[in-house]
Amino acid sequence: MNIFVVLKMVPDTVEELNVSQDGKSLDSEFLRFKLNDPDEHALEQALILKEKCGGKVTVIALDAPEVDDVLYTALAKGADRAVKIPVSQACLGTKATAKVLSDFFSSGREAVTLDTLVLAGSYAIDDLEGELAPMLAVHLGLPYLGVVSNVAASGPGLVVQKEFAGGLRGEFEVELPAVLGIQSAEKPPRYVPVAKVRAVMKSAKIEELEIPSPTDAVCLDVQRTYKPEAGGRAEIFEGSPEEIADKIVDALAKSGVI
Amino acid sequence: MAISILVLAEQLRGGISDITYEMLGAGRAIAQALGVPLEAVLLGSGASQLASSLGAADKVFVADNPGLDLAAPEAVAEVVKTLIDKTGAGIVLVGCTNVSLGIGSILAARSQMPLVNFCRAIKVDGGALICTSQLFGGKILSDVKLADGRGIIGVYPGAFPLEQGRSPRTPPTEAIDVPVQPSKVRFKQYIKPETGDVDITKQNVLVAVGRGIQTQDNVQLAEELAQALGGAVCASRPVIDQGWLPLTRQVGKSGMTVKPRVYLAFGISGAPEHWEGMQNSQCIIAVNTDPKAPIFDGAHYGAVTDAVELLPVLTEKVKMRKG
Amino acid sequence: MDPVKINLGGMPGIVCLWTLTVLAFGVFGWRVSRLIKLIRQGRYEDRFDNPGRRLLHALKHVLLQPRIFNERAIGLPHFLIFWGFVIYATCFNWNLLRGLFPFIPIPYPEELRIVGLFLELFSVLVLISLVVAAGRRMFFPPPHLHLSFDANVILVLIGLLMLSTLFGSAFRVVAEGGHGSAWAPFGTVLSKAFASVPPESARRFAIGIWWLHMALVLAFLVYLPYSKHLHLLASPFNVFFSQAATRPVGDLTVPGAKEDMSAGASRWQELTWKQLLGGFACAECGRCDRACPATASGHPLQPQQIIQKVKEHALRCGLSGSDDAAPKLVGEVIKEDEIWACTTCMACMSRCAVWNEQIPLIVALRRHLVSQGQVEKNIQDMLGNLQRYGNSFGKSDRMRAKWTQGLPFKVKDARKEPVDIVWFTGDYAAFDPRMIEITQATAKLFSLAGVDLGILYEAERNSGNDVRRVGEEGLFEMLRDKNLDAFSKVKWKSGARIIVTTDPHSYNTLKNEYAFPGGGVVVRHYTELFDELIRSGKLKLNRRLSGKVTYHDPCYLGRYNGVYEPPRSVLAALGLELVEMPRSRDKSYCCGAGGGRIWMEDGPNIKERPAENRIREAISLDEVKTFVVACPKDIAMFRDAVKTAGAEGRIEVKDIAELVAEAMNVEDRKPV
Ligand SMILES: Cc1cc2nc3c(=O)[nH]c(=O)nc-3n(C[C@H](O)[C@H](O)[C@H](O)COP(=O)(O)OP(=O)(O)OC[C@H]3O[C@@H](n4cnc5c(N)ncnc54)[C@H](O)[C@@H]3O)c2cc1C
Ligand code: SF4
Ligand code: SF4
Repeated sequence: MNIFVVLKMVPDTVEELNVSQDGKSLDSEFLRFKLNDPDEHALEQALILKEKCGGKVTVIALDAPEVDDVLYTALAKGADRAVKIPVSQACLGTKATAKVLSDFFSSGREAVTLDTLVLAGSYAIDDLEGELAPMLAVHLGLPYLGVVSNVAASGPGLVVQKEFAGGLRGEFEVELPAVLGIQSAEKPPRYVPVAKVRAVMKSAKIEELEIPSPTDAVCLDVQRTYKPEAGGRAEIFEGSPEEIADKIVDALAKSGVI
Repeated sequence: MAISILVLAEQLRGGISDITYEMLGAGRAIAQALGVPLEAVLLGSGASQLASSLGAADKVFVADNPGLDLAAPEAVAEVVKTLIDKTGAGIVLVGCTNVSLGIGSILAARSQMPLVNFCRAIKVDGGALICTSQLFGGKILSDVKLADGRGIIGVYPGAFPLEQGRSPRTPPTEAIDVPVQPSKVRFKQYIKPETGDVDITKQNVLVAVGRGIQTQDNVQLAEELAQALGGAVCASRPVIDQGWLPLTRQVGKSGMTVKPRVYLAFGISGAPEHWEGMQNSQCIIAVNTDPKAPIFDGAHYGAVTDAVELLPVLTEKVKMRKG
Repeated sequence: MDPVKINLGGMPGIVCLWTLTVLAFGVFGWRVSRLIKLIRQGRYEDRFDNPGRRLLHALKHVLLQPRIFNERAIGLPHFLIFWGFVIYATCFNWNLLRGLFPFIPIPYPEELRIVGLFLELFSVLVLISLVVAAGRRMFFPPPHLHLSFDANVILVLIGLLMLSTLFGSAFRVVAEGGHGSAWAPFGTVLSKAFASVPPESARRFAIGIWWLHMALVLAFLVYLPYSKHLHLLASPFNVFFSQAATRPVGDLTVPGAKEDMSAGASRWQELTWKQLLGGFACAECGRCDRACPATASGHPLQPQQIIQKVKEHALRCGLSGSDDAAPKLVGEVIKEDEIWACTTCMACMSRCAVWNEQIPLIVALRRHLVSQGQVEKNIQDMLGNLQRYGNSFGKSDRMRAKWTQGLPFKVKDARKEPVDIVWFTGDYAAFDPRMIEITQATAKLFSLAGVDLGILYEAERNSGNDVRRVGEEGLFEMLRDKNLDAFSKVKWKSGARIIVTTDPHSYNTLKNEYAFPGGGVVVRHYTELFDELIRSGKLKLNRRLSGKVTYHDPCYLGRYNGVYEPPRSVLAALGLELVEMPRSRDKSYCCGAGGGRIWMEDGPNIKERPAENRIREAISLDEVKTFVVACPKDIAMFRDAVKTAGAEGRIEVKDIAELVAEAMNVEDRKPV
């Protein structure tokens, strides 16, 4: 199988997120970037597939701060190739990103073959315009399934599991070539020791592939970006147990669970 | 200008999902403000019968076709697109749930309509819509304007109340005939959760008990509440240590990390090791006799009262509210 | 009466003796050389530094065996048996030399009256010891003692040797006319029983016993390298080459390594030669097992088994020459659960009388697991956090100094302003919500005492102590380098570069594993600094506290670095009465947090967490209401254990800084 894993860097929410002067976007000054969580699972699932039924894993990412570390880590974990597209991901929306990636596949250097499987995270925390994997699937004209948590090869195609709710899953057959949005790999992503990553940094190389930057970066009209009101201390319900219970039930209803 | 608003109703295993009512409620409010009809579309076998519960919509399109049961996202997007072309719907609401995620994106890529994802509030401003999206794990909100009232809105589950979307009315339905192409993604079967213990990381509602629950018998009170809410019981480590619940139910540093929609903590002090495992819950409600318990510093709602006394009362009220 | 000048079945005695000797030594030498070859297949490690200090260390611990006396019941008997052995070995060799080379103009040892007396006295003492030991085994077998074949063989053998000495002496007395002498008191007494034996027969008996004695010893020589008694031979070398002889045991660096050690050991040949030697030195005494908190709380780990399993595995693979058929060292011979259970508390190593080194061995196995990515989810997350944010809490490094926000003064940034002392707070003191107040109180105390100190703010990283012991060597190096880089930016006021830390784990690593470039860095624990400040009068206590407290020695402060007194003298200065727990100082009982255990799950089979066991020990002390700790992790561990052990209201866990603050009424006074 010819597996491509699309890796996307997103702002690290452990760091304080601040809104920039224009009040519409994030202040890039203090942003740090990390790999989108589900993408980490997509990579793990790709590596598991490769271990089980052979093939090649190529990781692709657009340029972003700290992306080299992520690509080297992917190589250290067992990916065969790492490709960086030197288009800055910072202000690209999902649509533009999907376009760049589809150009990658039509660049002539890489092509979608009959045994191509493209994996990406099912969603990213900054997917304001939509998720990347399904949009990429449309551009490539490939079938798509998202929220996948298990992928196995079966004959010429795949058998995958999709998560519904409360542990219920559905089993699907998917024909190759295809794009899948991975929610979680069948095993938690593996740990790769620092020494191994350092060794890979010395021995392996990240390929670069020029793709023209898309012209329309973000297509949405963002009016305002802001932080939700600080949570602070809990709002305390007072009264008799009956009164408190009523208020809790209201809160439960507001959260949409009853 | 939107001619109508279309809700992509969601069904799973022969039942309408909650998100559908949430979207109908939200859609109803916009429809009213814009003065346009609210329509819904329901796909898959049994759709004609199930449509009767979507009374909040002015009209329900049904494609009662087993070929559309858990169909591939493209296939669903295709049906919706045909419908948009036919009815001229300007606003489409799609759930950001596991079942529907991706359909909105495909539709957006196909139809050149803008998509606003993870939306938790919608305001009408003249002919335009202002959608509030929740990004970066809830740390940031963005208001996005859909200028001419055209666009696809991915609705965040749990953001809109269910009640507004329910109606005892039976809506008029219209069967639509859609040719279903053989798809490259085919649903085979359901896989039920393994019959071991419940997986607390996959629950929408968790009722958590700590040492304040005092006895093993009282854990049963929490169990009853969890059942009424359709969730599960979990616990802090001391409760697990006592053997009152299995290890699989432990939340925290040396247990599970959970992110339910609602985390109800009864008699849990909120030690850092516990907090670590549940801090990202969307809504934390804490009940503790000690007003100084650290859990109140981070919870959204709290009550200073005896958990053992409150639990049965709460269970009753929840059952009453659910009807 | 020369025992070799006889005929044995037609052969001259001397020829028999030569034949026996050559045979025994031949087999012995062959076996030993094979074992040495086996050990040399381990990886190279430089344990040849400072031979003088090594020799002194070895002499002390081989000849005097102070560690044996750690356990009183067996201390003296073992000591006597050992010395009996040494003396007998000497006499045996003397006998042998004399027998083999009759022309040497010396008498047989027994013929010297003073030696004879000595031998007799010792034989009796050793026999008594044997009776005690045998009695213990038969009637009060301690649960840990397994009556192995090896152990019984040696007891019987030693007994026979001692008896042969006494009977030999008795027959000699008879042969010489039965008068006896004060130089052979026991022989004389015993000879009365054989008074009727004619002198010539007695002489023959004496010679027969001499031969029996020699044959037994030669047989033992053959048997020795096949049995656990090899420790007689290997342990002196093991002690000589032990790390503690020349370097702190808190340093996991492998000096002189020729291979990359960061990927650890998956096969026995990937262990160091010293780690292989340890197995042969092990006396199977079980001291380490009895000290191990992991063993006690029901984990599958037994430190002795780790040592033994490595030995048996190496013997099996190394001597039969095939590794293929053998089970895998990591995962099969030694299970992952065993490897992860260790808290690196140093209890085993500090008890072992042959100075075995379990921790570096366990860490080598962990390194292999880490290199394969075989680490449980919780540790993975922690390692990921440490890689990215430099702390195990997964908080932004910019939040590290957030705790200073509640202070009425600003703590200097040591990278920007000149300071005397840099305070390396460690993760728990800076990030754990339970610790913030204590850390702030500590800062106020330092400030009151006029200590000119600064912190590294966001540049401080986790010291890497736990990371290294989890087996993530690359990450340790990364953290160390980042910290060293931060320290290199510090503007020290004077040449004496002092680092104080609140965390014993960081203390150990900064002190023993960082190798600050240029040296000259002094690392202190805050208890040491408090002690000094109080003594010098810089920290003037405003009131005396009263009451009884007990103090828990943190492993990494006490056993690892020998800091026992400073915290105690601080407590005394505060006016508190210290009641020691039965296990204190070097016998202190681990809280269970070390070596990365604080991040791991306990597993389902745990009987009692070490911290709970410790709290139970503390509440059994009369009138003790306060459990004093000097480690931020201990606050987390023991406050939790007080709850789970059901000791709430009976004892309170306090950091020593809280007590000092109480005595200062810090809240009421403005800092200077
Ligand atoms: C290394 C380590 C790992 C750990 N891992 C975990 C972990 O994974 N998960 C975990 O949970 N803990 C963990 N802990 C333990 C943690 O530190 C706390 O001890 C534990 O979370 C406390 O549990 P609790 O809140 O139930 O009990 P407590 O802290 O004793 O709190 C009980 C609370 O109940 C309240 N209360 C009492 N009676 C009533 C009543 N009638 N009604 C209402 N409230 C009442 C009290 O006011 C109190 O606040 C770990 C500890 C360590 C050291
Ligand atoms: S260091 Fe401590 S926990 Fe580890 S084996 Fe030795 S005694 Fe046991
Ligand atoms: S390793 Fe040391 S303490 Fe442990 S059994 Fe062997 S000799 Fe005894």
